[in-house]
Amino acid sequence: MPTLFEKIRERHVVTAREDYVLLYIDRHLVHEVTSPQAFAGLSAAGRSVRRPGAMLAVPDHNVPTTPDRSVRIEDRGSREQIQALRENALGAGIALFDIDDPRQGIVHIIGPESGLVQPGITVVCGDSHTGTLGAFGAIAFGIGTSEVEHVLATQALWQKKPLQMRVAVNGTMGPFVTPKDVILAVIAKIGASGGTGYAIEFAGETIRKMSMEGRMTVCNMTIEAGARFGLIAPDEVTFAYLKGRPLAPPPSLWDAAVADWKTLPSDPDAAWDREVALDASNLEPHVTWGTSPQDALPVGGVVPDPGVQPDPSERARMRRALEYMALSPGTRLTDIPVDKVFIGSCTNSRIEDLRAAAAVAKGRKVHANVTALVVPGSGLVKRQAEEEGLDRAFLDAGFQWRLPGCSMCLGMNPDKLRPGERCASTSNRNFEGRQGPGGRTHLMSPAMAAAAAITGRIADVREVAR
Amino acid sequence: MREKFLSLSTVGVPLDRMNVDTDAIIPARYLKTIKRTGLGEGLFFAWRYDMDGKEQPDFPLNRPEYRGGKVLVSGENFGCGSSREHAVWALMDFGFRAVIAPSFSDIFHDNCLKNGMLPVTLPAAAVRSLIDALLAAPGGKVAVDLAGQTVTGPDGDIHAFGVAPFAKTCLLEGLDEIALTLTSAGEIDRYERERKKTTPWLFLDLAG
Repeated sequence: MPTLFEKIRERHVVTAREDYVLLYIDRHLVHEVTSPQAFAGLSAAGRSVRRPGAMLAVPDHNVPTTPDRSVRIEDRGSREQIQALRENALGAGIALFDIDDPRQGIVHIIGPESGLVQPGITVVCGDSHTGTLGAFGAIAFGIGTSEVEHVLATQALWQKKPLQMRVAVNGTMGPFVTPKDVILAVIAKIGASGGTGYAIEFAGETIRKMSMEGRMTVCNMTIEAGARFGLIAPDEVTFAYLKGRPLAPPPSLWDAAVADWKTLPSDPDAAWDREVALDASNLEPHVTWGTSPQDALPVGGVVPDPGVQPDPSERARMRRALEYMALSPGTRLTDIPVDKVFIGSCTNSRIEDLRAAAAVAKGRKVHANVTALVVPGSGLVKRQAEEEGLDRAFLDAGFQWRLPGCSMCLGMNPDKLRPGERCASTSNRNFEGRQGPGGRTHLMSPAMAAAAAITGRIADVREVAR
Repeated sequence: MREKFLSLSTVGVPLDRMNVDTDAIIPARYLKTIKRTGLGEGLFFAWRYDMDGKEQPDFPLNRPEYRGGKVLVSGENFGCGSSREHAVWALMDFGFRAVIAPSFSDIFHDNCLKNGMLPVTLPAAAVRSLIDALLAAPGGKVAVDLAGQTVTGPDGDIHAFGVAPFAKTCLLEGLDEIALTLTSAGEIDRYERERKKTTPWLFLDLAG
């Protein structure tokens, strides 16, 4: 009868008060931007970190992606936040993958990579994209700094129960259609607030056939549909990914862990507050035209006309978005030129993403008008990509090959758009100014972004790679 | 740490947009701080100022009639996007104590409650009428009564709103939630002892 979410929740209830339960938190990931005030608050109240061994800290948002970062970080604020993280982690006895650690990377990449994120756990981070980790069949969610402080002090959080939504994706995806296109299509379908108040479980044969990397891309952007939680039931793909990773259950406990994990999937008769279906067999590569992730369309489409939108609030929003993006209704998406290309972020910087982009880049050249960046999600992803020769494919084509970090996803480090610049980006948010003040973002998959880098405009990768 | 929420009767500030995201509320470059204070400076920066740093005269927060207002009224999905609590700190530092909207992002909503700021969810039609009234007659007052769970618009219309009882108590009393939770420390200890037996692999701790 219960869903995957409900089963995990049930086993984490410490106590209850009215419509809230005190939920025990198994794992806590910490980065430099949303944690300093939490540590300061803890210290001001004379409290200590309850279970430092349940935590892992990493700097990612502020770090430059150029080699000079190990010598000196120019920006004072960035330097101070990274230093504060270092001191706070050291002071509390929290494991830290520091800036020069080969395991350093984007927090949502390194958690799974280390084996820390496992089925059936609760895991939090002061970052809205923590839902990424729900791909392992976990309750994973983003929290604010006050909640970070609360978890540091108590290893628990007061939570209301979210509604339950099931998104079933079925059908075989065509060539060059990727998990990014699945999630963009889901967000376009239910809207940027369609998932507010819900935990969303992704199910169906298309999801089952995805790798862990692909599943993480899907869960990563659940928050862009408003849902704080995205989940996928654990299966053999999950177990195979985890086996042997440094923080995964050791051989002596492995069989017991897997036996436990197999009990987690939603029961067949589980009750859903909402169900949504998506047919992936006729899905096309998607691109956003506006300033909300819900503004996604198949690449063959045209910029929509707000004039035909019946709802006045939505009409006003679309007009504003088109003005910001400097686009006119009716323009073909493939006629939009780009200045920058960003391949990276917690959405699309895992090894599969880099392979997909490199396959398009290999033997081709970045367009003369384009600056293109590839930023691996972690030092380990970078190393693996280099072992596979992907860095050569990118460098030979004229892409820049950077060090790991959040990079151009959010305008907190030197990788930023300048006002008016237009970017084909594999990140997750196309909000006004997200990639830098006045910057314009078009979200798409890594293969599509690579195609945009080659052609100098938004392009259908199926034509470019043919 | 949180402020008590007291009832308000103040100028209502209309921000007639939907999907106001936390990057718009406080751009990322303002997050490079290790303090909670002083963030009001960056609030809605890209909308308040032009590229040369000059105030945009038409933006509601810059119009004299709305200055000093403590209640922001906006569209659907307010606070979507990033989990940055800096968005709430920036709104509060600027002077806001409540936001009224047809819906809020879940994380922003929770972040408000942790800081003594009240997110009020009203039906879309009620929010529309409030925004229209505040745009038509700038400077109109909006009253927010948490104990009675009502909003009174400039035209005297009263709108009831819901709030979870636990959240309401925390807001009215300005409770320190961590202190409250620590009264359950014994239960947390007990929980950990039990879970160590059933799922020992989750207690193989990381070395600091």
